[in-house]
Amino acid sequence: MPVNIGMARLSDHLLLFTVVIYSLAMLAYAGEIAYGRRRGKATAQQEPELALAGVAAARGRQRESAGSAGPGQVATGAGGSPVTDTDTPPDAVPAGPWIRAALALTTIGLAAHVLGIVTRGLAAHRIPWGNMYEFVTAITCGAVIVFLVLAVRYRAYFLGLFVMVPVVLGLGLCATVLYTAAGPLMPALHSYWIAIHVTAAIISSGIFIVAATTTVMYLFAERNAARVAVGSHAGGVMQRLPKPEVLDRLSYRTVVFGFPIWTFAIIAGAIWADQAWGRYWGWDPKETWAFITWVAYACFLHARATAGWRGRKAAVIQLLAFGCLMFNLIGVNLWITGLHSYAGIS
Amino acid sequence: MTGARATGVADQAGQDAGQYLPKDGAQEETAGQPAKPFGIMGWLRWCWRQLTSMRTALVLLFLLAVASVPGSMLPQNGTDPTKVQQYISQHPLLGPLLNRLSLFDVFAAPWFAAIYLLLFASLAGCVLPRAFRLAVSARAKPPAAPRHPARLPFGSAYRTTQQPAEALAVATRLLSGEGFRLRTGDGWVAAEKGYLRETGNLLFHIALLALLAAVGLGALFGYKADILLTEGDGFANTVADYDQYHPGRAVAPGDLQPFTIWLDKFSASYIASGPLRGEPSSFAASLRYQQQPGTPIRRYDLQVNHPLNIDGAKVYLLGHGYAPQFRITDGKGRLALQQAVPFLPADNTDFTSEGVIKVPDAQPDQLGFVGVFLPTEVASDGQLSSAFPAPLNPAVSLVSYAGNLGLNSGAPQSVYQLQTSGMRELPIEPRPLFPGQSMKLPNGVGTVTFTGYRQWISLQVTYDPGRVPALISAILAVFGLLLSFLVRRRRLFVRVHPATAGQDGADTAGNGTEVEFGGLARSDVAGGFEEEFVALTAAIRAAHQVTQGAAAGQAPLDESASASLGSTAGQGSVSSQGGTASAGGTASTDSTTATGATASTDSTTGAAASTGAAESTGAAANTDRK
Ligand code: HEM
Repeated sequence: MPVNIGMARLSDHLLLFTVVIYSLAMLAYAGEIAYGRRRGKATAQQEPELALAGVAAARGRQRESAGSAGPGQVATGAGGSPVTDTDTPPDAVPAGPWIRAALALTTIGLAAHVLGIVTRGLAAHRIPWGNMYEFVTAITCGAVIVFLVLAVRYRAYFLGLFVMVPVVLGLGLCATVLYTAAGPLMPALHSYWIAIHVTAAIISSGIFIVAATTTVMYLFAERNAARVAVGSHAGGVMQRLPKPEVLDRLSYRTVVFGFPIWTFAIIAGAIWADQAWGRYWGWDPKETWAFITWVAYACFLHARATAGWRGRKAAVIQLLAFGCLMFNLIGVNLWITGLHSYAGIS
Repeated sequence: MTGARATGVADQAGQDAGQYLPKDGAQEETAGQPAKPFGIMGWLRWCWRQLTSMRTALVLLFLLAVASVPGSMLPQNGTDPTKVQQYISQHPLLGPLLNRLSLFDVFAAPWFAAIYLLLFASLAGCVLPRAFRLAVSARAKPPAAPRHPARLPFGSAYRTTQQPAEALAVATRLLSGEGFRLRTGDGWVAAEKGYLRETGNLLFHIALLALLAAVGLGALFGYKADILLTEGDGFANTVADYDQYHPGRAVAPGDLQPFTIWLDKFSASYIASGPLRGEPSSFAASLRYQQQPGTPIRRYDLQVNHPLNIDGAKVYLLGHGYAPQFRITDGKGRLALQQAVPFLPADNTDFTSEGVIKVPDAQPDQLGFVGVFLPTEVASDGQLSSAFPAPLNPAVSLVSYAGNLGLNSGAPQSVYQLQTSGMRELPIEPRPLFPGQSMKLPNGVGTVTFTGYRQWISLQVTYDPGRVPALISAILAVFGLLLSFLVRRRRLFVRVHPATAGQDGADTAGNGTEVEFGGLARSDVAGGFEEEFVALTAAIRAAHQVTQGAAAGQAPLDESASASLGSTAGQGSVSSQGGTASAGGTASTDSTTATGATASTDSTTGAAASTGAAESTGAAANTDRK
């Protein structure tokens, strides 16, 4: 069936519109950080103490002194911090006008994004992830969805700016360097496994992007907290970041969620490779880097789960793992040739 | 590792909580200890312990990942030997060095094998003893409760009006109902849960071993073979018929499945217009095959992603190309060659293909040709080129040689290369020949006719008995990994003492019980034990019919307990609701309720304070009902 040119054009326009709207959303998130409401001074001062209460359950003991200091303080501690850690907002500040504007823009952008992907699929009469342009478009969409879920569930609005930066960059690359016209799939991709393998890769990559941005924020917040602990003046903007422990844990949970999906993507890829290439594993560059990425994330999880590493060391491992993921996506697609070359870029 | 972490927790707990912490099978208990080697045996044992420690296994896994990096960056002999040669000749210094280090054969290199064999040994040595230990601990009971459970990292203490025996029975029933494994003693119960964590961990390791074994199975008993098949031809699954054949170490030629395959027709379609013009859109090869001599012949439409499975051997469509057909007569006018000669695609977008025709039977001179096949010939200022991959206007162009092909010299020759050392190029202007056209060679050495073309496909036949075991192992490994990440091992302890009179004036001796409740979890990184502990506390308190009467200012039984619960009181509303509900239930007898309300000294100050509003409402409801 020939490509539906009108649909293809509609898809291109929708995705351009998406980039514009996301950029505006990014500005609004930045506006929140620059001009939004501050957390109350009093709360801010109590923070190191409260944070401790929330973090490691095992450290509850350290708060003995806090407990006996007076009912008032205990009450605040109890009400404020554990909540943060579990299911409710890491950021106690209610959504201000900047955030509301940013969220509205993000939602509009996401709607256009999803429509852009759907129309692309309609234009080419197939699932729209057959080349790198479509793949990156879908991954960024996944990242925005994961962000919105976290924003709704954990009120993690603060992530907005940090997630929008890579998303806008990725879509920008799509519109320029990676752009590939809509067309049918190459025969190698004629298989229902594309819906399984690539979808899993897209979802897990989207999740890992959000986890990595959370970790970058964590590193900022942690440095700020260290400064505050030493008594030096904390940067005004830094003040608005959530507590490092909260970010650390949010990021860890996000990886825990994404890792099994990534593993599934690799196994599905292996099954497909057995169908398409006659072997389930052959150390093709993409396979090799998928394996390296898997090991790196497994090391991160293991370091936290059994070795009890947390904080900066674990964060660095996670960012390394994310680097491998990105290298597989960008480096392997563009600079290394292998069987798995569907980027469609020449 | 175990030691370090346990101590850390104990420090924070201000008590020897470490000894109550569930042991984690994921952590070696031996490697952390300094070894005292006695002679050679001691050293060997020490080495074995080091090798089989979890940390070593992890390091090896990590090394395996790092070691595979060069395999993805440098050209590899296994996939593209010509690129390797190119690389070596372009880097005269570095190339040979890398070659010596097997860096062009990373995945077959001895050092790569060393890493995974060590990993295999490490896993085996780690898993077997642990499986044994797990089997033993499968029936093991949790340790006896500490003297003061409330001083564990999570703790709570309160009073109930129930008698000690009853209070204990209530708690035991509740914990048992929650699926905890129990051990009871005089005035205490110890409960443990989350054994699946170790099981999952073990499953993961065993599955990893099985995965490596499955890969080994394939390498021993599997084979891989390639063949190029032209339309109208067939081949049998025998070593002799294949162009390339790579048997596993334990495969004998007689083990090959006795099937035969014929290629009737191959068809490819390409995108005809638009920006993706020339990209292929589908390939299909219509085959006939016979499972073994004497069985019926079946048809199969072979496509990429749809291999043909015959007796466990899979046949894949790997590539395709054109085989122009020639009819060549020699200098004596005799027919010297009439066949389709496969040409290899030199350009995958327009399918310009190159090939060599050797005519050893030609006399008096042998003939040889180097040719180009253009599926859609277009003339552009003297340059021959193809505009489209489909055969819309097929043409060949030949450079002709006469002389000695050198086939009898004994040295093996590629069918795709012409050895021109014993030949002379014939002085004839190359021009494109279209189907049916002939070219007379100078000096009467012969005539070439391009009669048409056929298509060929390249097939790969693989047999790998390890593929299904590998898949099952991979799935089990993931499943085990999930269990070990998501399940947490935790222990809870309840201790009851008869409440002593005097600590609380209104109480009479023997009329109440002090309950201490504590718990701890190992590797609760994803969080969640807090919530579980709070919910369980609430449930047990409710079962103990404790009402929330204690005001924030009241002296707690155990201050530290209040502090530790303070950190968990985010769920305070849950626990207080439980308390309120039960208070409602016990409100029938005035005196009991009243006593209960004042007597149950609630130490969980944080919770009480934070949910003060809810508490007072509960109390009010109580009063109302009275
Ligand atoms: C063991 C085998 C395989 C592994 C480990 C594997 C791994 C991956 C990974 C990690 C991605 C994420 C994309 C990225 O980061 O660039 C991906 C994407 C993809 N895979 Fe696979 N894969 C395997 C087999 C296959 C097979 C057999 C096919 C098709 C014949 C295939 C087609 C694709 C496509 C179309 C994408 C997305 C598009 C793109 O990369 O541009 N994969 N694969």
